[in-house]
Amino acid sequence: MQTITNDDVDVVIVGLGWAGSIMAIELAKEGLKVRALERGPDRPPEDFAYPKPADQYAYAIKNKVFATPRDAALTVRYNTGETALPTRKWGAFAPGTGVGGSGLHWTGVLIRPTTTDLKLKTYADQAYKRGTLDPDMRIKDFPFTWEEIEPHFDKFDKICGLSGTTGNLGGQLQPGGDPFEGPRSSPYPLPALHDTLNSSLFAATAKKMGYHPFPNPSANVSQAWTNPYGAQLAPCNYCGYCSKYPCLNYSKASPQTAILDVVKRMPNFDYKVNANVIRVDLHADKKTAKGVTYIDEQQREVFQPAKIVILSSFQFANVRLMLLSGIGQPYNPLTEQGTIGRNYAFLSNGDATLFFKDKHFNPFATAGATGEMFNDISPGNFDGPSLGFIGGAKIHSSQATGAPIGTALPPGTPGWGKGWKEGMVDWYGRSMKIGITTTCMSYRGHYLDLDPNYKDPWGQPLLRMTFDWRQNELKLQRHLRDIVLGIAKELKPDAMSENFLGLDSHWDITKYVSTHNVGGAIMGTSPRDSALNRYLQSWDVHNVFVPGGNAFPQNFQANPTATIGAITLFAAEAIKNQYLKNPGPLVRV
Amino acid sequence: MSTDKVNLSRRTILMATAAAIPLVSLSPHRARAEGLEGVELHRYQPVFFSPAEWQFVMAACDRLIPAEGKGPGALETNVPVFIDQQLHAGLGDDVYMQGPHKADAAPTLGFQHDHTPQQMYRIGIKLTQQHSQQAHGKPFEQLAPADKDALLTALQKNGISFADLGEPTLKPSQFFGQFLGDAKNGYLADPMYGGNKDMKAWVAIGFPGARAAYTEWVDAHDVKYPLGPVSLSGKRA
Repeated sequence: MQTITNDDVDVVIVGLGWAGSIMAIELAKEGLKVRALERGPDRPPEDFAYPKPADQYAYAIKNKVFATPRDAALTVRYNTGETALPTRKWGAFAPGTGVGGSGLHWTGVLIRPTTTDLKLKTYADQAYKRGTLDPDMRIKDFPFTWEEIEPHFDKFDKICGLSGTTGNLGGQLQPGGDPFEGPRSSPYPLPALHDTLNSSLFAATAKKMGYHPFPNPSANVSQAWTNPYGAQLAPCNYCGYCSKYPCLNYSKASPQTAILDVVKRMPNFDYKVNANVIRVDLHADKKTAKGVTYIDEQQREVFQPAKIVILSSFQFANVRLMLLSGIGQPYNPLTEQGTIGRNYAFLSNGDATLFFKDKHFNPFATAGATGEMFNDISPGNFDGPSLGFIGGAKIHSSQATGAPIGTALPPGTPGWGKGWKEGMVDWYGRSMKIGITTTCMSYRGHYLDLDPNYKDPWGQPLLRMTFDWRQNELKLQRHLRDIVLGIAKELKPDAMSENFLGLDSHWDITKYVSTHNVGGAIMGTSPRDSALNRYLQSWDVHNVFVPGGNAFPQNFQANPTATIGAITLFAAEAIKNQYLKNPGPLVRV
Repeated sequence: MSTDKVNLSRRTILMATAAAIPLVSLSPHRARAEGLEGVELHRYQPVFFSPAEWQFVMAACDRLIPAEGKGPGALETNVPVFIDQQLHAGLGDDVYMQGPHKADAAPTLGFQHDHTPQQMYRIGIKLTQQHSQQAHGKPFEQLAPADKDALLTALQKNGISFADLGEPTLKPSQFFGQFLGDAKNGYLADPMYGGNKDMKAWVAIGFPGARAAYTEWVDAHDVKYPLGPVSLSGKRA
């Protein structure tokens, strides 16, 4: 029943967030005819002119620039014995939609994983006695070396105007930076953002206790920056509306500010919005794709022919499109056959909130990435093996926003009435947090597949997520809690509340953690247990590339965007230098 | 405590006038110029709630964020206007509502019942009023403040049963949670949505609103910020 067929393109890009925008500019610069299809609306920078985004209710409460659960829900269950239920409202995570994707409203923490994080399986096999870790754990190494991927991290740092303090320049440790970071080929492009009161209190105390704090690496730029594509970013003005908001000051690196302003001017690039891709169309032998089919804004079905298909929508949307299109075999957790859907992982957070009745934190005067963190408790940097778990966390005091809805109040403050109202007067702006952002291992039973019961408004099955906390992750939480509370006590707050997982916790989908979902279509060295090769190319359908968090075999403590940028640039280079000359599998096994 | 006295008397006036004076619409000219920021509560004509429901909403808001004590109350800041406008504007239309619904799912799996916010208010108000009539012989808005607080607490803690009143899937705590969340949002959101009148809640807590530019302030640690708030419409308080 196809009614419309578009003109041929060389490359069709499904989803115009960070990964799609990187692919768009890199491949358009090669002279290819590139068309992006974005399921959400256009989000031009003029929509975010100062001070329009300074609206907590619209952006942070009603999720103005996010996908709606109505259109983009998935279902969740804790184990394969249960019937999964839909995420009717967003809670633990909230994916973006529209041009820019989650890259429009992200917080802007741009941090690399460590060299150990990228070779976690190798580390685990060396450091842990056989049998100490959960036998269902399915962690893997990333399929490239630090030396291979570092230039791409470096390029993405420069695309974003990364602001921070260098810790390791070519193997030489630098004062004030992260001594655990992998060697950089060049220093941070820009100096760090200025510390707020919470950051400096935390950093001074952590340092005194022997940790190695450094400023959160930030893609909210500290100074004016012109990136390698010629896009210009303006110095961050610490507006206080960042995480969940588009930037009102052209200071946060986003697909819009760092790439799209440039690529939109190229005649061989165009993009369509409100174009909801429902499948990749394969040739009969299922070895190559013909193009993609989408529903346009008039609800017509449109076929877009293309020589190369880039799936660059959000992590779980990529996995779902592969499953809906019959790309590769769906993963079966009982037999461990099939690759699409395996190695799904999330992450946990936790924090202590410290209340000081006489301090002014002015939390509204902040950048999204504002804060200090340390990486001492990451794999290989502390004695994880003797503690009986693998993983770690970045431990930080961040202040991503200071708008008042949801203000934390000291324990015992009533939730409503006079007590709540006076609590707001007494305690707004009087607290700081010390938080953790953790690793999350992958397991045999944590995976993604298509839900048998629930459908989206277009009649397609929702993606089903089977996931819960394991003892490894919960033990890690308890260990981190001790460290956080130890630092908190040194700061001598007047009151304190805490929020960490207990050893019997189930995953709570109602509490926001981060939209750092990973895995499900992972990169690896073998088509037996990975969906993609090191160039993010489908092992099964060689003209389909799938850049995104879906490619991570487990979750590290670093925020994912730096790695998504780096692996996408790595893949773009392989397409330009190898695939275009000789279309076919880029890795032979 | 002269402040308390002033606030209490202001609340009394608001409640009295809301009940006694016929509700009239804003003049179209005024509405265009001021939007929802210019609304006077006692002249406001609800667009979602019925007159009877409005009495409950006004009275309940006045207990959720009361006038007494430091800071303005919900009535002084037009919180009921915010809630009425949000429900009218389709609050909740982003929720995935396809069945089957498993209303008794584990709380960690989140919202699973089949009521929209609009239905939750309609049902919740009706059943709370039924309970008030049964228990006290009068509607909620006529109860003494302590009895109002006790009934709201019972809603919050499922101390009364909606099932006994004929509603099988909506829990009192779910209605209460929606109401309280909306009331707090209205109290603290930008005034353009109808609540936080004249940015009084922001003034009380020390939040500068939509100023959104602090380059020269970020290095001033532990110093009280000196300027009052600005709204998205450019007003100062």
